[in-house]
Amino acid sequence: MSARVLVGVKRVIDYAVKIRVRPDHTGVVTDGVKHSMNPFCEIAVEEAVRLKEKKLVKEIVAVSCGPQQVQETIRTALAMGADRGIHVEVSGKDYDALGPLQVSKIMAALAKKEEADLIILGKQAIDDDCNQTGQMTAALLDWPQGTFASELTLEGGMLKVVREIDGGLETIKIKMPAVVTADLRLNTPRYATLPNIMKAKKKKIANVKPADLGVDVTSRLEVLKVDEPPQRQAGVKVETVEDLVVKLKEAGRI
Amino acid sequence: MAATRALVRGVRLGTYSIGRSCSLIFNRVQRRGISACIDPSIGLTDEQKEFQKVAFDFAANEMAPHMAEWDQKEMFPVEAMRKAAQLGFGGIYVNPDVGGSGLSRLDTSIIFEALSTGCVSTTAYISIHNMCAWMIDTFGNEEQREKYCPDLCSMQKFASYCLTEPGSGSDAASLITSAKLQGDHYVLNGSKAFISGGGDTDVYVVMCRTGGKGPKGISCLVVEKGTPGLSFGKKEKKVGWNSQPTRAVIFEDCAVPVTNRLGAEGEGFSIAMKGLNGGRINIASCSLGAAHASVLLARDHMCVRKQFGETLSNSQFLQFKLAEMATKLVASRLLVRQAALALQEGRPDAVSLCSMAKLFVTDECFSICNQALQIHGGYGYLKDYAVQQYVRDIRVHQILEGTNEVMRMIIARSLLTES
Repeated sequence: MSARVLVGVKRVIDYAVKIRVRPDHTGVVTDGVKHSMNPFCEIAVEEAVRLKEKKLVKEIVAVSCGPQQVQETIRTALAMGADRGIHVEVSGKDYDALGPLQVSKIMAALAKKEEADLIILGKQAIDDDCNQTGQMTAALLDWPQGTFASELTLEGGMLKVVREIDGGLETIKIKMPAVVTADLRLNTPRYATLPNIMKAKKKKIANVKPADLGVDVTSRLEVLKVDEPPQRQAGVKVETVEDLVVKLKEAGRI
Repeated sequence: MAATRALVRGVRLGTYSIGRSCSLIFNRVQRRGISACIDPSIGLTDEQKEFQKVAFDFAANEMAPHMAEWDQKEMFPVEAMRKAAQLGFGGIYVNPDVGGSGLSRLDTSIIFEALSTGCVSTTAYISIHNMCAWMIDTFGNEEQREKYCPDLCSMQKFASYCLTEPGSGSDAASLITSAKLQGDHYVLNGSKAFISGGGDTDVYVVMCRTGGKGPKGISCLVVEKGTPGLSFGKKEKKVGWNSQPTRAVIFEDCAVPVTNRLGAEGEGFSIAMKGLNGGRINIASCSLGAAHASVLLARDHMCVRKQFGETLSNSQFLQFKLAEMATKLVASRLLVRQAALALQEGRPDAVSLCSMAKLFVTDECFSICNQALQIHGGYGYLKDYAVQQYVRDIRVHQILEGTNEVMRMIIARSLLTES
């Protein structure tokens, strides 16, 4: 199969870091904080590499949108097995305001430009938890989507996707080209090997601006305030079930 | 806040205003090294950060969960090490044409430092294995390299390094294991002591006497397990380094083909000394990893443990103690990395710097781990807590690869021969 896969990878604050809110409440502290690839994006890259190893896919292109630093994230994808990278340069205020709508427009434009047959994304990013980019990209391209994928197989030119839904597992068959978003149990990402990390240095990362793709990255959203979650209050002990019901009614919960 | 970070519900208010108490609700002990001023990735190239990340992830996922079990059950973790070898950790500074990763000494130091946070004992063995593979790669001829290096780099076979004897430790050049030439074989007689991996490993790099007294009479032979006349002593019971077996290696009329000799006759001691320079950086790097993990453990404990109505992190004495530990850690790290650079660039001060690094770092890091144990109070003494294993495991780093006393000899000699 001569399929080309586009994999989106996002650079986020590392999952193990303790988040601190900026003193001016406009966002979280990102300067000097350890960043790494979004864990769901790692799973997406791993799935693409497995498809390539099964010879179902010919080329994997890793894409990331952001300032210069996202090249680290693209290099990690290259070290895991992607063939080349595309860095969509977005920086400053545009980057702070970059959200799923803008990214999905960029992914859609790139999918057309690169003639991709499959887009694999993480189901959501661990910083904003939006869970929108995959779905929006599919809508913009008018492609079928297999979101929350926990299993992905190619069957007779169609994609069979087992999706994790609230009620259990749903299996769907969709035609390519399609968008798939990776859920936690899709696979366990491999470690990059030392030789692959060194080979990744030689793989190309192309630089592109959103304007070159005809995409306007202005945001329609404005962040008003960012706060820490409220401190957890101590609970109250009650003696009987009647007391419990009274307290719940008082708190307006029932 | 993000769904996958549900475990971290509180936000530590004002990390730098130590007057207020830390409102940590739940904290997973992260040995991935994320703490601004002691972050081990500071100053590294992007590629080195990638190497370090793989090593840290491997250590956290494949080694740390088993570190206590490997220690208590004295298990040689063959499977875990082979997984590490698949990532390229079997021959980190061995030539790629025989299966190695071809990285620099500094890259190697960074990798062992990160791996060590997962298990010092196993990482130290991996570093010894790497040194043996490098010796064969560097001083062996084509046949020897082709024969041994690929299997060593993939850890299909494991290696041990045999220099020390019951009668010659620091005075290594006085070794007496003899290798008498008989036709196309050397016949070995003697024994080696304290050999890491001895009995469980397949390839033994042995320093033995082919000529007269002193260093010039020593040659280096590769002996394979199963060779008639090669046997092993009992497995030693040790305070630490329990994930690697330590045994005496005994030669009784053990015939080894002349083609197994690395380099020329009489070059053995020089090979040994060159190997030890790198070995010293590696052992120091292992100490660094343990110290780093211990500082994080101590800090986390201080933020949780309360006495006299407040967390330990409010005690100025302990804050100062932690600061001193962190400062010594960073100073140690800088010295090791500088020594690694000097070695890979072939600088004239490389030998002295490697000795200084080994001396300073193993001593300081043991002190750091020891203080971390103290900060844990009674809990630090329990085997349920990792800090005691770091202390026990790195204690021996002040002894092997040349005792810290021998390091002082080397440095003093370097200073005094100038005047």
